[in-house]
Amino acid sequence: MIELKNISKSFGKHNVINNVSAIFEKGKVNFIIGRSGSGKSVLTKCTVGLLEPDEGHVFYDGRDFTAMNRRQRKEIRKEIGMLFQGGALFDSMTVEENIKFPLKMFSDMDDEAMSSRVADCLTRVELEGHGDKYPGELSGGMQKRVGIARAISMNPKYLFCDEPNSGLDPQTAIVIDNLIVDITREYGMTTVVVSHDMNSVIEASDTIHFIHEGEIAFKGDNAEMMVSDSETLNDFIYASKLMRKLRDKAK
Amino acid sequence: MVMRKPDKWMIFRRQLEKEMTIIGLESVGIVALLSVFMGAVMCLQTAHQISGWIPVYTIGFTVRQTMILEFSPTLIPVILAGKVGSNIASQLGTMRVTEQIDALEIMGVNSAGLLVLPKIIAGFICIPALVVMSMGLGLASGAGIALLTGVSSMADFEYGLQVDFVSYDVVYALIKTTVFALIMTSVSAYHGYYTSGGALEVAKSSTKAVVYSVVIIMLTNLVLTKLLLT
Ligand SMILES: Nc1ncnc2c1ncn2[C@@H]1O[C@H](COP(=O)(O)OP(=O)(O)OP(=O)(O)O)[C@@H](O)[C@H]1O
Ligand SMILES: [Mg+2]
Repeated sequence: MIELKNISKSFGKHNVINNVSAIFEKGKVNFIIGRSGSGKSVLTKCTVGLLEPDEGHVFYDGRDFTAMNRRQRKEIRKEIGMLFQGGALFDSMTVEENIKFPLKMFSDMDDEAMSSRVADCLTRVELEGHGDKYPGELSGGMQKRVGIARAISMNPKYLFCDEPNSGLDPQTAIVIDNLIVDITREYGMTTVVVSHDMNSVIEASDTIHFIHEGEIAFKGDNAEMMVSDSETLNDFIYASKLMRKLRDKAK
Repeated sequence: MVMRKPDKWMIFRRQLEKEMTIIGLESVGIVALLSVFMGAVMCLQTAHQISGWIPVYTIGFTVRQTMILEFSPTLIPVILAGKVGSNIASQLGTMRVTEQIDALEIMGVNSAGLLVLPKIIAGFICIPALVVMSMGLGLASGAGIALLTGVSSMADFEYGLQVDFVSYDVVYALIKTTVFALIMTSVSAYHGYYTSGGALEVAKSSTKAVVYSVVIIMLTNLVLTKLLLT
């Protein structure tokens, strides 16, 4: 479980995150949704410590991450896997080396164990046989999947995915959503997914946090979201005609 | 715990080898080319300037002093700032804006230690070595052109190379170069590492890396020359 308590973050005068509190539960896929520029990525980066929040605390299973020094944080970082919005694969390494990198750095596996672990991860993301390619030789969707494979290679307790399926075709997007749900359940991970793709939200979410102008404007699950009377949330969900039609039919 | 140390060291060593290839090996060509031409030109220039009462051995003497005191130790790092410095800054800048550095940090890897340190060490080792090579090639090419064009006999040139030679000059040159190498790699790494934004900012960082390196090297050269030669 990850708990955010009163997180605030500004850049200069621009107040991006304003007093956000949230709980991301273990074994569940917790979604952060909101419009582009609403502060989802900044909130995620504050949570994992890539940005320092101006105020507030982040707790990983009760451990106050914000108060820790670099060395103490390292222990928690080993338990975190993250998929970045742009993939963030090391472009000087092959796919296999990318996935192996955290293992080499932090596990005490021997070479054979590492290789079989890499093969497992590649199979999970349906990329068997692509281990020797460089990131530059992969399509955007494949890069995302390698990003996931690298994020899960250390069997993380906490998994963060920033826009796991933006820029993917609907079919691949579903494959990725399912993959995230499966591994979350299988390993009992605390998963946080940042997204503005309503399909994923409906398909894959257990809990939903809707961010609007740096504040949490709605918390709940799928069913609650659909019937919420928050205007900003409704504008967000029912932005497309199709969604509005579906809602009217449901009513 | 015991098992993973060698692996980490292996990763670091691989980085170091890669950087030494980029900074050192891949610069051999340009440094050699410049030094050969500079030695030859210095020789011809001096030959052209001296007349009558100035002894011919001045040619060898001037080539030696120019190459050892300023051209090799100062101008080679300046030229490498254009080649290596921009490479360092754009590589780190790209890794920053594509979140590769964040990805390292999130894993708990000390990104500066893994990415920046090998570059600085590689520069520290390779650039002085390149400068020594440059000195040798410059003197050899000066001698070569002197013989080829007949402006000086080998004996005069050699005498010029040796007259009033103090080995401290070479030490002085290597101290300077080492300082310049550290300036160039760390200034460039700084600008690359702290890039934010996108491709445009990477280009800007790379330009800044070169300009700042060159300016700081020149200023430091002034100070060091004053300090070390008095
Ligand atoms: N390093 C930074 N310096 C200054 N401002 C920043 C920085 N990072 C983000 N911002 C600002 O914070 C706001 C929120 O950005 P953020 O990246 O969190 O949006 P987002 O919700 O993830 O959007 P998207 O869905 O497009 O990824 C934006 O207005 C952005 O300009
Ligand atoms: Mg974002």
